[in-house]
Amino acid sequence: MNEIGLRDLVPAVIGVLVRRGADFASAEDAVQDALVEAVRVWPDDPPRDPKGWLVAVGWRKFLDVARADTSRRRREERVEAEAEAGPGPVDAVDDTLQLYFLCAHPSLTPASSVALTLRAVGGLTTRQIAQAYLVPEATMAQRISRAKRTVSGVRFTRSGDVATVLRVLYLVFNEGYSGDVDLAAEAIRLTRQLADRIDHEEVAGLLALMLLHQARRSARTGPDGRLVPLAEQDRGRWDTGLIAEGVDILQTALARDRLGEFQAQAAIAALHADARTVEETDWVQIVEWYDELVRLTDSPVARLNRAVAVGETDGARAGLAALAELDPSLPRYTAVAAYLHERDGDPSTAARLYAEAARSAPSLPERDHLTRQAARLNAQLRG
Amino acid sequence: MAKYLLLKHYRGGPTPVVDFALIDQWTPDEVDAHMQFMGDFEARLRESGEFVDVQVLRPDGAFVRYDGEGRPPVTDGPFVETKDLIAGWYVIDVESWDRAVELAGELSAAPGPGGTPIHEWLEVRPFLSDSPAVTE
Repeated sequence: MNEIGLRDLVPAVIGVLVRRGADFASAEDAVQDALVEAVRVWPDDPPRDPKGWLVAVGWRKFLDVARADTSRRRREERVEAEAEAGPGPVDAVDDTLQLYFLCAHPSLTPASSVALTLRAVGGLTTRQIAQAYLVPEATMAQRISRAKRTVSGVRFTRSGDVATVLRVLYLVFNEGYSGDVDLAAEAIRLTRQLADRIDHEEVAGLLALMLLHQARRSARTGPDGRLVPLAEQDRGRWDTGLIAEGVDILQTALARDRLGEFQAQAAIAALHADARTVEETDWVQIVEWYDELVRLTDSPVARLNRAVAVGETDGARAGLAALAELDPSLPRYTAVAAYLHERDGDPSTAARLYAEAARSAPSLPERDHLTRQAARLNAQLRG
Repeated sequence: MAKYLLLKHYRGGPTPVVDFALIDQWTPDEVDAHMQFMGDFEARLRESGEFVDVQVLRPDGAFVRYDGEGRPPVTDGPFVETKDLIAGWYVIDVESWDRAVELAGELSAAPGPGGTPIHEWLEVRPFLSDSPAVTE
């Protein structure tokens, strides 16, 4: 069994231990210990029933710790009593789904939810999560253990708001990747796993959105690491398999006629994916979807992106007029203004705005991209 | 091995040797060459086992200080008045001060307009180490 297959089992195994009477925090630690042992033992001695093996070893690890901890004496007695009653049914309720809700509990901060989800649902080690978020391992360990304490009083039940889970998964997806863990791929795996367990149009919408973005990922970066904007991407490098899957999932979700923000975003991504050249892009429909998105979320970011799309359908002037209604302190406002002014045939204003946008860019690749745009226009202006 | 900070400034430090234009006034090829150089410099540090950290700072932000019990902190910013503005840094772990100076010299030779070195002043600062030297 490979690492992903192993990690797929983690949430269900934690769930079994919790139902047998372990508290969530101890169960989670015990399963991490069992994983370490699995990685050591399985290559030479693969188990016939991997999940049963993890449950047995995890439960033993949990009992070892519970016995060693004298302050937990009373709970241990209760647990031992329950344990003697037998292992109980393994899949009576969907433990995995319960874990998603617990790890995205509203009492947690977004950063804590992300860390806890990656560990308890994703089965990643603290070290891997720390590397992915570029913080010291001890910092991430502390963040996770505080998160576990925060939810320790929460009843392990199925009910929860699927919207909070989706926000956590979306955050993981947008982090991209550094270190040896590909967080975008991990977010897709966790969202797929969720979509298998819960029939919800926005879960499908988010999965479709992720697949459609992932399909363009390799075309989004040039050989020297530079950002390649959508209009300049080599569309031959888009992953048509992922696009087909994303579109298919999206269409099924949309057919249920319960629109949500992730379906709307996925619809926009699908329209871009559908265009074989940038000229073929159906901007009219894209503007309509942005209207839906603005209606659903009232998000300033959606309005900003809508201004770009309006610039494509009704001309740069109309785009600038849509932009003028927004708050200039919005992130990327200046970059959008620069783009629209260039389209409007005003390269000198565009160059000035691109340089200004570069100074307030939120990331290094964006800053370099905006600097290059300014340099390109300035060179053009010098003739 | 000893750790050093190579500090880049947006402004401040000794008078620049070369008074070059802002980067958005360079040609696209000159911008590319500069960015390539910076990427290569970092790759060389990683390759030689001397790399610890690199960070780039945005030019905005503020000074902040305590303003008494029960009062919110006072902020002073953005940095309109300051003469000195840090742009970012490398942290390197090297054998000696001389090696730190050698690397700072290489970084300062990053190409600018016309492909000539920008001669940027870099501030090189030794870290105080955590552990006292055992001398007995």
